[in-house]
Amino acid sequence: MEKELKYVDMVEQPISMHPKKFALWLFMVSVVMVFAGLTSAYIVRQAEGNWLEYDLPEIFWITSGIALLSSCTLHWAYFSAKKDNFLNLKIGMGLTVLLGIAFLIGQWYSWVAMVDREVFFVGNPAGSFLYVFTGLHAAHLISGVIFLIIVLISTLRLQVHSKAMDVMEMAATYWHFLGGLWLYLFMFLLLNH
Amino acid sequence: MATATVAPHDEAAHEHHEHHDNFITKYIFTQDHKMIGKQFLITGMFWAIIGGFLSILFRFQLGFPEMSMEFLRPLLGGWIDESGALDPNFYLALVTMHGTIMVFFVLTAGLSGTFSNYLIPLQIGARDMASGFMNMLSYWFFFLSGVIMFISLFIKTGPASGGWVVYPPLSALEQAIPGSGLGMTLWLISMTFFIVSSLLGGINYITTVINLRTKGMSFSRLPLTIWAFFLTAVIGLLSFPVLFAAALLLVFDRSFGTSFYLSDIYIGGEALPNTGGSPVLYQHLFWFLGHPEVYIVLLPALGITSEVIATNSRKPIFGYKAMIISMLGITILSFIVWAHHMFVSGMNPFLGSIFMFLTLIIAVPSAVKVFNYLTTLWRGNLIFTPAMLFSIGLVSFFISGGLTGIFLGNSAIDIQLHDTYFVVAHFHLVMGSASFFGLMAGVYHWFPKMFGRMMDAKLGYIHFWLTFTGVYLVFFPMHYIGIAGFPRRYYSWTNFNFADMYTDLNMFVSVAAIITFAAQFIFIFNFFYSMYRGRKATLNPWRSNTLEWTTPLYPEHGNWPGEIPTVYRWPYDYSKPGAAEDFIPQTVPLSATPESNLPHEQEMVALEMEIMKDESEVLVANESKH
Repeated sequence: MEKELKYVDMVEQPISMHPKKFALWLFMVSVVMVFAGLTSAYIVRQAEGNWLEYDLPEIFWITSGIALLSSCTLHWAYFSAKKDNFLNLKIGMGLTVLLGIAFLIGQWYSWVAMVDREVFFVGNPAGSFLYVFTGLHAAHLISGVIFLIIVLISTLRLQVHSKAMDVMEMAATYWHFLGGLWLYLFMFLLLNH
Repeated sequence: MATATVAPHDEAAHEHHEHHDNFITKYIFTQDHKMIGKQFLITGMFWAIIGGFLSILFRFQLGFPEMSMEFLRPLLGGWIDESGALDPNFYLALVTMHGTIMVFFVLTAGLSGTFSNYLIPLQIGARDMASGFMNMLSYWFFFLSGVIMFISLFIKTGPASGGWVVYPPLSALEQAIPGSGLGMTLWLISMTFFIVSSLLGGINYITTVINLRTKGMSFSRLPLTIWAFFLTAVIGLLSFPVLFAAALLLVFDRSFGTSFYLSDIYIGGEALPNTGGSPVLYQHLFWFLGHPEVYIVLLPALGITSEVIATNSRKPIFGYKAMIISMLGITILSFIVWAHHMFVSGMNPFLGSIFMFLTLIIAVPSAVKVFNYLTTLWRGNLIFTPAMLFSIGLVSFFISGGLTGIFLGNSAIDIQLHDTYFVVAHFHLVMGSASFFGLMAGVYHWFPKMFGRMMDAKLGYIHFWLTFTGVYLVFFPMHYIGIAGFPRRYYSWTNFNFADMYTDLNMFVSVAAIITFAAQFIFIFNFFYSMYRGRKATLNPWRSNTLEWTTPLYPEHGNWPGEIPTVYRWPYDYSKPGAAEDFIPQTVPLSATPESNLPHEQEMVALEMEIMKDESEVLVANESKH
């Protein structure tokens, strides 16, 4: 037995995290870098002058509210899943998906509002940047909604419960991140337009 | 070239009967990190031949401007005009594609893709990458990106021609040059897939290194290769998304008519509608990737060199921690020096001074690394394997190319040297050749693990000496041409009087380049011949400490047939005083080597014994309960 014990000495398992959750965090880092690049390009370009001034669409306040609300409903669903309260979980997930789609529709109307202001995608970069920010964010949000729908389907099949929270946690992390990213973009535009 | 792509499938036929996987899951859509690494290597070699061949084509033009290129007509067709001269537009396409292919497809995917995939799980003691599926996607996105880039070589208007940096407005306007049409569109599509591939790979590397290390493999016991691959992946994760952002805006400018990079442009006396854009904006975004990209290319090569030099000097690496700290320093600094590529773009001279200062700081960690390589070699029991020679060659290029970096980093001197052959000489030595030598060192060193056979050492020596002298003969004269003021990317200088006196020097460079390129076929032959007919390798041919040499000769998917080995020490216990052998693998516990333990290690053993006694008491107590 002594010989066996010799080989357990000085050995510790390195700390580790769920690999997929970790990979999701790294993916979010790369998304942050895309938007950091774009928003800093906005600042650099703005500093050079010849910059079109326009009012931001008011609907951004509404979509921001929807984004916040959807994070709340998702968190409610998350806690319900932890307590194995399946009815609330399903309602929460369903509401979050609907709010996500409502957000996307709202963002579409922000483009409509921009066109009404005669600020088009093609023209002064001041306007083009807004289309790129909202469009690229919406593209990521669509991926988030698809993720939520996948989780919703697995909740309907009762595959999400207090013992199987990994997918739910990842969906929550990603969705909160996307909401936060939008709030950052909105704040950025409020401060820098 | 054909053999390069066909060969792995031949190998498939040989080994096929031994495995349960079918041909497609084992060799094509494989999720085994070892096979994915080999896929990256073979594809990288294929691209290296193409990229090298393109450079030979434009060296013909530069060295022998009067020569008739009629003999190339079967290959290039319409790009050779009636008088037998190379089309100037195609010359621009050649330099652009040479740069793109070498930087991204060979030295990023071929180097980092090969060795990060192959070595990370083997050296940290993992069964595979965190996500084999994502890893497979990473390769196939790279493959797709390569296919698109390859197709762009053969279209009628030619591939992208605006330089590998694709600065707008040259790259944004189809009217500018033929290559800015379909060729540029394909370039952008290809690079988008390449960025996706890099990100998928990088996320996997980081996740694997942090989460899947075996028992006892703390960060302070990681081989320097793994540190290098890890930091490379971090750089890629932070910088490639910014290239994506830059490319996205360029796509909008090209295809949707926006004006992010375009403003007040007149073509044929007519104004374009674009207004309000800034071409310098693109340069900022591009170089925010572009400069870290240098280290994405170089760090893996430096990591491989650390491992190879320590093993073949039979000495612990000098300054293990200093190596890690300097790599961390390089990683951080690489993100705050990008504007030294833009000193002459009209930026604020004060800003230029700041970037100059930050740039020159990089000399410190770089010098620490060079110092540590030299002191590791100093009085070691050197074994000159081909891998060792290539590693020493890397150190040589890193010094001679790094020194010219100090000149170029000065914003005042850069006014004279910017975009001359001096720059070409600098980065081909310090980044191109150094990384290429790291790649070669890696292939020679880990070939026995990859294919279970040894490469022929004599051919390796011939390959090394021809390449090493060849690289210096090609790039050293370029410093003189550059100081004389020759701009890069020019099709012809014969119209300028000052250029006449360097015609023979250019001829010399071209001849040296052709010989160096030809020498690479010795390697190609050696590689594929040894794969089938090489001498059978032993389990640990270089008497190395790291974990990959504890696997069977032909490791299956999963790497170790039984338990994953546990790690008890750092990977550089070479020639430890008192030890029976001149190496102690990482899997040997300290308590098994009392004769060679240092005082502080002996204390740790005593501590171990106490813990063991406690544990055995608990065990005995538990047993008596039953």
